Amino acid sequence: MKRTLLTAGAILALALSPAEAQNKTVKIGFVSTFSGPTAVIGNDMRNSFELALDHMGRKIGGLPVEVIYEDDGQKPDVGKQKTEKLIESDKVDFIVGYIWSNVLLASLKPVVDSKTFLVIANAGPSQIAGELCSPYVFSTSWQNDQTPQAVGEYMNQKGVKSVYLIGPNYAAGKDMLQGVAATFKGKVVGQDLTKWPDQLDFSAELSKARAAKPDAIFVFYPGAAGVQFLNQYVQAGLKGQIPLYTAFTIDELSLPRQKDLALGIPGAQQWVNDLPFDQNKKFVADFKKKYNSSPSFYGAQSYDAAQLINSAVTAVKGDLSKKDAMRDEMRKANFPSVRGPFKYGNNHVPIQNFYLQDVVKTADGSLGLKTVATIVKDSQDRHHTKCPMKW
Amino acid sequence: MLLFIEQTLNGLQFGLLLFLLAAGLTLVFGIMDLVNLAHGSLYMLGAYFAATFTALTGHFIGGVVLALMATLLVGMAVEVIAMRRLYGRDHLDHVLGTFGLILFFNELVRLIWGPAGMNLTLPSWLNTSIELMPGVHYSMYRLSIIIVSLAVAISLYFVVMRTRIGMLIRAGASNREMIGALGINIKLLFTLVFGAGAALAGLAGLMQAAILTAQIGMGENILILAFVVIIIGGIGSIRGAFVASLLVGLIDTVGRAFLPDVLKLFLSNSAASTAGPALSSMLIYLVMAVILVARPEGLFPAANK
Amino acid sequence: MKTIFTVRNVLVFGLLAFLAVIPAYADVTGNTFIMTLFTRIVILAIAAVSLNLIMSYGGMVSFGHAAYLGIGGYAVGILAFEGINSGFVQWPVAMIACGLFALVTGALSLRTRGVYFIMITLAFAQMIYYVGVSLDRYGADDGLTIYKRSNFGSLINLSNKTTFYYVCLVTLFATMYLVWRLVNSRFGMVIQGARSNDRRMRAIGIPTFRYRLVCFVIAGMMCGLAGILLANQADFVSPATMHWTRSGDLIVMAVLGGMGSVIGPVVGAVALLVLEETLPHIIAVVGHFVTGLEMTAAREYWQLVLGPMLLLVVLYARGGIDGLLRGGRRD
Repeated sequence: MKRTLLTAGAILALALSPAEAQNKTVKIGFVSTFSGPTAVIGNDMRNSFELALDHMGRKIGGLPVEVIYEDDGQKPDVGKQKTEKLIESDKVDFIVGYIWSNVLLASLKPVVDSKTFLVIANAGPSQIAGELCSPYVFSTSWQNDQTPQAVGEYMNQKGVKSVYLIGPNYAAGKDMLQGVAATFKGKVVGQDLTKWPDQLDFSAELSKARAAKPDAIFVFYPGAAGVQFLNQYVQAGLKGQIPLYTAFTIDELSLPRQKDLALGIPGAQQWVNDLPFDQNKKFVADFKKKYNSSPSFYGAQSYDAAQLINSAVTAVKGDLSKKDAMRDEMRKANFPSVRGPFKYGNNHVPIQNFYLQDVVKTADGSLGLKTVATIVKDSQDRHHTKCPMKW
Repeated sequence: MLLFIEQTLNGLQFGLLLFLLAAGLTLVFGIMDLVNLAHGSLYMLGAYFAATFTALTGHFIGGVVLALMATLLVGMAVEVIAMRRLYGRDHLDHVLGTFGLILFFNELVRLIWGPAGMNLTLPSWLNTSIELMPGVHYSMYRLSIIIVSLAVAISLYFVVMRTRIGMLIRAGASNREMIGALGINIKLLFTLVFGAGAALAGLAGLMQAAILTAQIGMGENILILAFVVIIIGGIGSIRGAFVASLLVGLIDTVGRAFLPDVLKLFLSNSAASTAGPALSSMLIYLVMAVILVARPEGLFPAANK
Repeated sequence: MKTIFTVRNVLVFGLLAFLAVIPAYADVTGNTFIMTLFTRIVILAIAAVSLNLIMSYGGMVSFGHAAYLGIGGYAVGILAFEGINSGFVQWPVAMIACGLFALVTGALSLRTRGVYFIMITLAFAQMIYYVGVSLDRYGADDGLTIYKRSNFGSLINLSNKTTFYYVCLVTLFATMYLVWRLVNSRFGMVIQGARSNDRRMRAIGIPTFRYRLVCFVIAGMMCGLAGILLANQADFVSPATMHWTRSGDLIVMAVLGGMGSVIGPVVGAVALLVLEETLPHIIAVVGHFVTGLEMTAAREYWQLVLGPMLLLVVLYARGGIDGLLRGGRRD
């Protein structure tokens, strides 16, 4: 008994003790979802981040790099605990990741309190672009409103007069629907916020949308829910009757399961796999080679996050204590982003173009996403005025 | 009005689906006195099997039949390996043990099929909508779910009420010791009942797979609803489960569809659009609480134990 | 008179002593995360102990106990959001809110028995969960960040990690002591009597309903205390705190640890949460040792191991881990 106890104690101590401190290593904590249905997104982010490190010769700013991946299980409290572990136990220099707005908001306080750099590779809640902006927090993605605002613009361009909005009832979902309504000039004839993430059957909402007889339906359903929504939209016989406009609903991760159902359904994105920039071509080609699938925008944002960190560490020649200098360098966005050149706003959210993407059959018969047009140039989120930071 | 008809059909479809899940749960609960949280895992397996077999065979119906048989076999295997040892134990032991099984099955599915989930591709004749009456369009697939589930419900009723095995099941639900005294091979009966329950759950799961896709953990949320159904209906009562599942399905769907609009009559627009979804998801629990306060053993309590 | 130096007692006291020296360990090694982790474990242990009071002694299996974690937490969070930071206000308000919720739902739920009781408590907890989801002003699904912990003036500074840990630990010990006193009092006898034969207790003239309701309210308020601490520890509260899966976790902790004793749920909470944290590492290390391969990918499948472990505890250890230590085997 005593011996088992000792062994158990030893394993516990081993598991909980901080990895031995090595001099001159860049330690990066990566928080994302690696379990449950949305683990697909987390895996894509991890793969892209790893690919970026490969491209940099497994070195950041000339220093060896150690990445610790942690699974938030898509739960705010778990995400916060993992973030604290990375800061307190692993003592990381950078934290990267966060798919979900609510996980990010829960985890923000320990990051900002400890003055650890945070590079957000997806979530874009309005608070962080506005009053909660911080010198230590950067985004390589977008603010939630930007993408749907672009969709709203596009619907104006297409002459859509009325729209029905459907999205999940959580922070990003509400941001998305408000974003569309902010730029769309026609009439919003109805809106449904569905229970998230439990409700996956949208029959009631689709029936209501059909009865409201709008020119178009706009939806936001990230991850697997996008497949589910599209299934039901087609089964309800709405495809071909009421056109669908989307944000974050059709991407390289969901497309293999949406298949032909997604053909011809437009969406807006700041990055598409065929953007004609050298770094992007390299990213997409090598990703396909290494992982035998196409990267998604989640991956592109993670790839840029690695590049952003690299630019900062390079600028201070590996002296990680020079936080102000690193922050100033990051503000320049001085790296070859796969989405093309962009600038940072005062709130550290990118000012960037948004493109219209469409689903097309590629040469080899598989489905792919293609850039059709630039909807807006140099879009800046509308919350930056609430951010007190000036530089 | 037309919208109301359509929403009622939606509710009916959801309710019947719940019934398939609840029927197995209530039988296992009523006869073996087993709280089986892992029932949702069998639902999930049904979905994954169907997606896999239809893709492998390239034939929709064939894949579905194979998936049903596979779930039946898994269900019987689970009964023989694990559940059998739990009979006669405390309900809390069941909760802990079958909770362990949920974790196991979720991870097993992730190991075998990966985290992404699978889509069950429908043949084109199902992937369309039909006009039931002028102005009422309805998804062909959802309509066929209604038809299949009703057929299953009717045959289940026939089996339970009119056959010898049904008689044993009814006897077991009202007095467990009794069937033992009749000299019946209880072990076999239990395995069969559990397997049949598993197959029903699998059927529900595979029908949902084309709507919701097969996902890890898809069983847990709907399992809670299935428990709500068997509690409202009264444990062990197939008839109760049927009535309660239609009730829950209709309340959930119709509530979701119309409550936000009703609230807008009393509240500001933005308050109504947040309170609406919350209230309508609360609705079924409210109904359950009211029913239990009024009838502490559900609507159709099984005969005295 | 049997010796008190049984394996079980030595281990139990070892565990309690271990909990007491965690801050010192964190201090020596510089790894403060272990304290963050164990603060959370201690808080959830309080919740599990309170659940155990109604569940194993009172026979009232509540599948909605996490509701009190949420109510306690939201009371702190909402008051802090509205600018009231004083713990002297926050804590009593939170506990009274929990007490009232327990009183109302308990009075309705106690009409039912067995599984019906399990499900009606779940129903009430789900309603509160959806209330949380619809609290737009307080973050709805996103939850509410608490920027300042409860303020007790110069008395106690909860922002200090070590102080906060000891506050939680003392609360846990106090809760355990209270439960122990309760179950060994006349009140406890009535509660346990009502569990085994309610009709007989009523026949001898004891109004069991009232006793059971009081017990239910006490447990709710204790768990509310855990909710207060949890919100302060996390600086955050969200509806996820009171999701039904969290209530399930609490049941699992109590059953896993062993329901027959006051210490059982504490053992269960420590075992479950430490396993969650370490099992991935253990799998990687053991896997590497056995196969000689790099097993980092296997870490994500730790639940594949945890699941059957729980089943085995049920099958082969009557009375959970604590029961196992007492040498109790399934009969």
